[in-house]
Amino acid sequence: MAITTGVRERARSRQTIFEENIATRDGRLTRGVVLAVSLSFFVVFLLLPLFAVFVEAFRKGWQTYIAALMDPDAQSAIRLTLFTAAWAVTLNVIFGLAAAWAISKFNFWGKRVLITLIDLPFSVSPVIAGLIYILLFGAQGWFGPLLESADIKIVFAAPGIVLATLFVTIPFVARELIPLMELQGTEEEEAALTLGANGWQIFRRVTLPNIKWALLYGVILCNARAMGEFGAVSVVSGHIRGQTNTMPLHVEILYNEYQFAAAFAVASLLAFLAIVTLALKSYIEWRAQPPHSSGEDT
Amino acid sequence: MAATSQTARVLPGFRLSLSVTLVYMMVIVLVPLCAVFVKAATLNPAEYWAAISSPRVVATYKLSFGASLLAAAINVVFGLMLAWSLVRYSFPGRKLVDALIDLPFALPTAVAGIALTALYARNGWLGQYLEGYGIKIAFTPAGVLIALIFIGVPFVVRAVQPVLEDFDVEAEEAAASLGAGRAATFFRVVLPALAPALLTGFALAFARAVGEYGSVIFIAGNIPMVSEITPLIIITKLEQYDYAGATAVASVMLVVSFILLLLINGLQEWTRRSEQKVS
Repeated sequence: MAITTGVRERARSRQTIFEENIATRDGRLTRGVVLAVSLSFFVVFLLLPLFAVFVEAFRKGWQTYIAALMDPDAQSAIRLTLFTAAWAVTLNVIFGLAAAWAISKFNFWGKRVLITLIDLPFSVSPVIAGLIYILLFGAQGWFGPLLESADIKIVFAAPGIVLATLFVTIPFVARELIPLMELQGTEEEEAALTLGANGWQIFRRVTLPNIKWALLYGVILCNARAMGEFGAVSVVSGHIRGQTNTMPLHVEILYNEYQFAAAFAVASLLAFLAIVTLALKSYIEWRAQPPHSSGEDT
Repeated sequence: MAATSQTARVLPGFRLSLSVTLVYMMVIVLVPLCAVFVKAATLNPAEYWAAISSPRVVATYKLSFGASLLAAAINVVFGLMLAWSLVRYSFPGRKLVDALIDLPFALPTAVAGIALTALYARNGWLGQYLEGYGIKIAFTPAGVLIALIFIGVPFVVRAVQPVLEDFDVEAEEAAASLGAGRAATFFRVVLPALAPALLTGFALAFARAVGEYGSVIFIAGNIPMVSEITPLIIITKLEQYDYAGATAVASVMLVVSFILLLLINGLQEWTRRSEQKVS
């Protein structure tokens, strides 16, 4: 507990240090104007939309709210969203660990290119992320006829939704782990190796404890994006109610049918998820600060 | 290749981890993306050109790129002020503001889209007051801009914040002791040091905004030639079973994405180097 108060104090005092130093202290007018402008911007652009979701969700009362969430189509959308996120998180953890292990523990040709490629899905439009799977697995796609003869549905079905979600969430776990594991180097693992540990033991006993917070951080961000993805999923879903609708798609359908209170009710679940995500993220950032750094850098 | 492998590959699992990584990347990202260019190549050059340069499509480029540039620029100004407030000032609720900066990353885009529409529609929370001044936001290009500002906020703040936190106070002290006022110190000492981070944030916000779909389509109204964005026209073409046309437009956006990705990589490298120089 001594550590935690130390970190808190440091965080609080940091701003005070700037405000007490004449060289870094802004005039009262400057401070007032900058704070007023930036906080107004924050309130209008971030806080107000979040607030609006909950107010609109309860506009027609509790009964409407509960009814919207208990609706069979909403329930099926929630199930599909959980199913999709479970796949996305599991596969991206495996991929993220493999990529980070290969990149941080070994040298090989094309390493930098690989790191850049892992980030690629961040700069590709989600709509294109959906489109590419239509081109591959759609009725007119490369594998379309093959899939049709085998009676396998990928596009306009759950597998397509999972694939599109995988594409947009690929970077999340890997990009948290790669820089951290590169920084940690290979010394500890090599020491374990000389002491006779096998690969799996090294990973579980040495590497994993060192990266657990970064891994959890990546999982949380990956999960949030997987549950909330709209554009990519919208292209491959086919919008079949009760079958291929995820929560965000269900929100869209309700909204377009002018069932605003119901749309915002389902949206409020997603907004709540976002708040939980941010809270966990802040908690991990606070926990993952190595305790000794609180004394060292000031 | 042989020279590096001898010293580095002591630990087990190289082949397994690299194979998993490459196979996954190939299956999920690379092969599907290649499909775009292969499909686009089935059009002859004249058809391709017609698909990517019809007036309605060009109107979407103008809106998507124009609004994204403007939104990223607005975010540079306000993002810098927010980062400055968070790093330099103590005020009640600072931690909460800091945590909520990432809201646009965590809030699903469709939710953001309907929430912004509820605020800016003609009878909405803010829209009803703006209506009195003759300002229409929802279902106009201004609505697109608002949505793109929303999703871009964290990029600039999170790019600038760590640089500002690590910024060496001594530089400002030196400037002050040489007689520079706060304004001069800010514009001639601090701002140049922040420039790489600000540019990185700008590029990241821009790249995200160009491809953004969910938060925009509800508030935009999607009127052809007026408030239709490029990602939407891809979907419109798909729904009309114009797969080749959709893919042609997608290939243009993909090329822009590649260029932006390389640019951002370069900018991040620059930020890292200038940070090392400062500290």
